[in-house]
Amino acid sequence: MTDAPLLKVCDISKFYGARIGCRNVSFDLWPGEVLAIVGESGSGKTTLLNCLATRLMPSSGSVEYRMRDGQMRDLSRMSEAERRFLMRTDWGFVHQNPADGLRMAVSAGANVGERLMAVGERHYGNIRETAGDWLRRVEISVDRIDDQPRAFSGGMRQRLQIARNLVTSPRLIFMDEPTGGLDVSVQARLLDLLRGLVQDLGLSAIIVTHDLAVARLLSHRMMVMKDGLVIEQGLTDRVLDDPREAYTQLLVSSILQV
Amino acid sequence: MPTPLVVSDVAKSFTMHLRDGIRLPVMSNVTFSVKAGECVVLGGPSGIGKSSLLKMVYGNYAVDGGQILLEHGGRLLDLASADPRTILSVRRATLGYVSQFLRTVPRVAAVDVVAEPLTARGIDAAEARGMAEVMLARLNLPRELWQLPPATFSGGEQQRVNIARGFITDHRILLLDEPTASLDARNRTVVVDMIEEKKAAGVALLGIFHDEDVRERVADRIVDVSAFSPRKVAA
Repeated sequence: MTDAPLLKVCDISKFYGARIGCRNVSFDLWPGEVLAIVGESGSGKTTLLNCLATRLMPSSGSVEYRMRDGQMRDLSRMSEAERRFLMRTDWGFVHQNPADGLRMAVSAGANVGERLMAVGERHYGNIRETAGDWLRRVEISVDRIDDQPRAFSGGMRQRLQIARNLVTSPRLIFMDEPTGGLDVSVQARLLDLLRGLVQDLGLSAIIVTHDLAVARLLSHRMMVMKDGLVIEQGLTDRVLDDPREAYTQLLVSSILQV
Repeated sequence: MPTPLVVSDVAKSFTMHLRDGIRLPVMSNVTFSVKAGECVVLGGPSGIGKSSLLKMVYGNYAVDGGQILLEHGGRLLDLASADPRTILSVRRATLGYVSQFLRTVPRVAAVDVVAEPLTARGIDAAEARGMAEVMLARLNLPRELWQLPPATFSGGEQQRVNIARGFITDHRILLLDEPTASLDARNRTVVVDMIEEKKAAGVALLGIFHDEDVRERVADRIVDVSAFSPRKVAA
């Protein structure tokens, strides 16, 4: 781990008219660190994620990102083209619904290869080989490389979306309920895969989830949101095993034991 | 002799917001230290807060006040006020913990569960696996289980995976929460030997042992947790 944060979030607020999306959120994210944002629907966690990933413009506050050359850049001051380039190369965004992150009418191989072309790769043979390699890493059989994601199951689509995001070796990946609509057995496989990839690649990640078990398994640190505010944060196992705030205690005590 | 762990004036309470905000004092004025090569055992009746105290020292439970001082990376730091990133780094390099129950991750093989603390410190995966196999063999875990995820193992088998994982590193401080509870006599002896080796290597150990025989064999000193508990007054 290096000694400078990758992302510096300072006092981010987002209002939808008079309604609060999220309010006064500040934190640093360090290289290799996985942060989970938890809370119930409507708590502002997805709004916050979208503000961080520049998919939404915050009403106030700043987000700074350390570029590969070590410079901290204020995301709101970047040009649209620079932001898009960042999104396509150094960042990844995994949507809850894979259809939002994939192109459903082109082949699995092309879905992965497209991001490679964005970073300048032009050699067809190399692109196909790398795409095949990534399909294997996310446990999709290489003989499905020419099939469209439409023909894939939900779990496979989600794994394909992850391959598409990771192929450019991003340093930061945003995930919005990555295990959302999946069967539990499929979830377990995806979680194990994500955990391994994050560890092996030394990725930083921000994961929005309402599932505390997902947060426990994947994250180092956790923020609990309610009504747009971060009401509690800390080491993941500390927040889950010794929750201090009333709302966090309610969340933790509401988990069904199997 | 160096003292890798000093707990000073620590206090802890739980506020149960779902029970009308009732505040349960757990302990106060917790003060003791563990020297290098020493095994300190937490004593006192069950329910007095021994496991809670271990969890506080591990940073798993927050404390209300006081200090938990340990040497990490050549400097002294207070775990009670450290940020999450520092606590994780302390756990990776300095402070180990064998919990009462193994928290299993789906699909990860027993041998990889054991090797993980080493790979997390940058040790080559093959080498770490080799060391993990040595630990599992020593704890008599049947070889045919090594490649399986521990979720379906018996309590004693899971516990041995847990012990192997906790003892595989050279952490300077090791916390043990009833490591021998579900083991047979033969494996209890293995664990006692492993504790003796840690002591000889200068590791500071802090543990809970209900098994009197094991406690007598490993303990250098007993710290009575009821002395820190408010319940001693009630009782």
